Amino acid sequence: MTKYVLKRIGMAVLTLLIIVFLLFFLVRIMPGNPFPSERMNDQQIANKRAEMGLDDPIPVQFVRYLWKLLHGDFGNGTSLYNGAPIKTVLSTCVKNSFRIGGMAVLLGSLVGLLLGICAALNRGRFLDGFCTVVSILGVCVPSYVFLIFIQYNFAYKVTLLPYFFDQTKFLHSSVAPVVSMSLFTMSTIARFTRNEMVEVIDSDYVRLAESKGLYGSRLVSRHVLRNALIPIVTVLAPLIVDLLTGALVVEKIYGINGIGKLMVDAIAGEGVDYNYVLALGILYSSLYIGVMLIVDILYGALDPRIRVSAKGGVKE
Amino acid sequence: MKGFETATVVEPSSYTPVEGDFELLEQEDIGTDTNYASQGYWKGVAVHFMRNKRAMVGLCIVLLLILLAVFGPMLSGYAYDEIVTALNAKGRKKAAVGISPRIPAIHEMITGEPYDDIYADKTFLFGTDDLGRDLWTRTWYGARVSLMIAFVTILIDMIIGMSYGLISGYFGGRVDNVMQRFVEIANSIPRLVIVSVLAIFMKKGIGLVIVALLLTEWIGMSKIARAEMLKIKEQEYVLASRTLGAGNGHIIFKEILPNTIGPIITQVMFSIPTAIFTEAFLSFVGVGIVLPQCSIGTLIEDGFNNITTLPYQIMPPIIVLALLMLGFNFIGDGLREALAPKLEDM
Repeated sequence: MTKYVLKRIGMAVLTLLIIVFLLFFLVRIMPGNPFPSERMNDQQIANKRAEMGLDDPIPVQFVRYLWKLLHGDFGNGTSLYNGAPIKTVLSTCVKNSFRIGGMAVLLGSLVGLLLGICAALNRGRFLDGFCTVVSILGVCVPSYVFLIFIQYNFAYKVTLLPYFFDQTKFLHSSVAPVVSMSLFTMSTIARFTRNEMVEVIDSDYVRLAESKGLYGSRLVSRHVLRNALIPIVTVLAPLIVDLLTGALVVEKIYGINGIGKLMVDAIAGEGVDYNYVLALGILYSSLYIGVMLIVDILYGALDPRIRVSAKGGVKE
Repeated sequence: MKGFETATVVEPSSYTPVEGDFELLEQEDIGTDTNYASQGYWKGVAVHFMRNKRAMVGLCIVLLLILLAVFGPMLSGYAYDEIVTALNAKGRKKAAVGISPRIPAIHEMITGEPYDDIYADKTFLFGTDDLGRDLWTRTWYGARVSLMIAFVTILIDMIIGMSYGLISGYFGGRVDNVMQRFVEIANSIPRLVIVSVLAIFMKKGIGLVIVALLLTEWIGMSKIARAEMLKIKEQEYVLASRTLGAGNGHIIFKEILPNTIGPIITQVMFSIPTAIFTEAFLSFVGVGIVLPQCSIGTLIEDGFNNITTLPYQIMPPIIVLALLMLGFNFIGDGLREALAPKLEDM
């Protein structure tokens, strides 16, 4: 197990390194010039380039960038936020996104689990149908549409909630984004939980447990849920990454100062420079890889049957 | 041998047929077994699929949307980028800005009198947008973009993803190792990062969306195809084919591919909704479709921008998007059940 975990971690670090290198390279070969040539003469530009180390060979620059990264320094932004260090801008954004995303994950997975369990235990009855409708709705309608709906009805028609995100009233104004973001997670989890539970409930060992006299919550939690949970973990992982890094459009629509909004601005090219793209890309990729790593390890821990095979470990 | 020699040979001419030698079996209780009649794989799949109510609903929805996307824009009589105008009392052209959905005939039938404005004779099934363009036309024009994306996804999945997975699985060993490491790395670069880097390099437009899909969409399919290949390649018919001298290409695409097609089709169906979502998202953000063209994403964005003044505008694109999702998801579910029936579904 330890060997597998170490190997897996090494692989993750290597992958991340390759991604950072790719991104760095792409940004470096981009056309364009960081200095306005009409305002600076050649000597000034040359001085500036030397000062920023842009004349060094690219591998040297890359190592320097990596070294800085390891110290948590993403460099400075040039156009957005008046050239402030990206780190400070990013830290506020990360905090906002993670808090809202975390709440959405919690709400979505808890309600989804509950809904899925209830549906599986009441198979073919009203609750089951309700769960199906909810999960279909959540999968078919994007979260920003839900947000627009909530915004229009509960912030514009009836002023229960703020129309835009307000940093000073954090809890109050995060209701709308959290609810709308959690719906996709909720429906996916509910659907998966239901299907897995149904499969497990029909299995022989649950029937055996029942015939031994187990019933009710003990049977469900100890025997059914534990086995049904394993596949759910794999489904949940990418959802968590998506939510933590901000459901992008949701943040943009609701005016939340988060990484999702930064990312959208970077994609749409509105005043965000390449350093941001690089920093966000690295942040996003490392989160993704990190969560996948944790899931892979968890997967082995949750299910003793999947103890790593000699060759390459857990396959999806 | 002896028996043969001693047996008397009956000459055909010396035997006269009698009644009852040949009798047609016209008994009532003998019939062909229709319950367990032998049927081909595809026929079975089709029957199973047709019996699935949800799948049929999904199929109908998608077919209807395709029909509307093809013929819808023609029905209204306006072009997608045409600003509908009418002459006002002073004889000047006025654009039909922000008209809510209307059908003059029905309005007249209910209220007994025609609309009292200058657009009284014009039909706008979904209303008009804030520049005076007919939303019915634009919605179906946008649906065309989504369907085109669906088509492109099918191509990407079927050509790149499938071949990659099949080849990687078939050759195994070092080839497989290298190809899988590549997939692992490609898979851990988030799609958004790819898009944001692409957005710096490329011109905004549908091309960017397609390239983004091209770079990311094949991965899921390649995994499925590889897994299927690993399951099948050890079977004896493959060995037989190789013994008879078939080349690798022939074995992969002619012998094994037809046997893996079930999961592959299912995967294609499920990757279509994601692709349509991605397009809508990118267009919403502003790197997809360029004005005056439109897609579902840009229409939702327009509707969102005018939601407080013209709230009806956002409904048609959202409903069309949701129906597309619903349709493809239902078809995917139905196909999965039909292609690999579990005991529970039988």
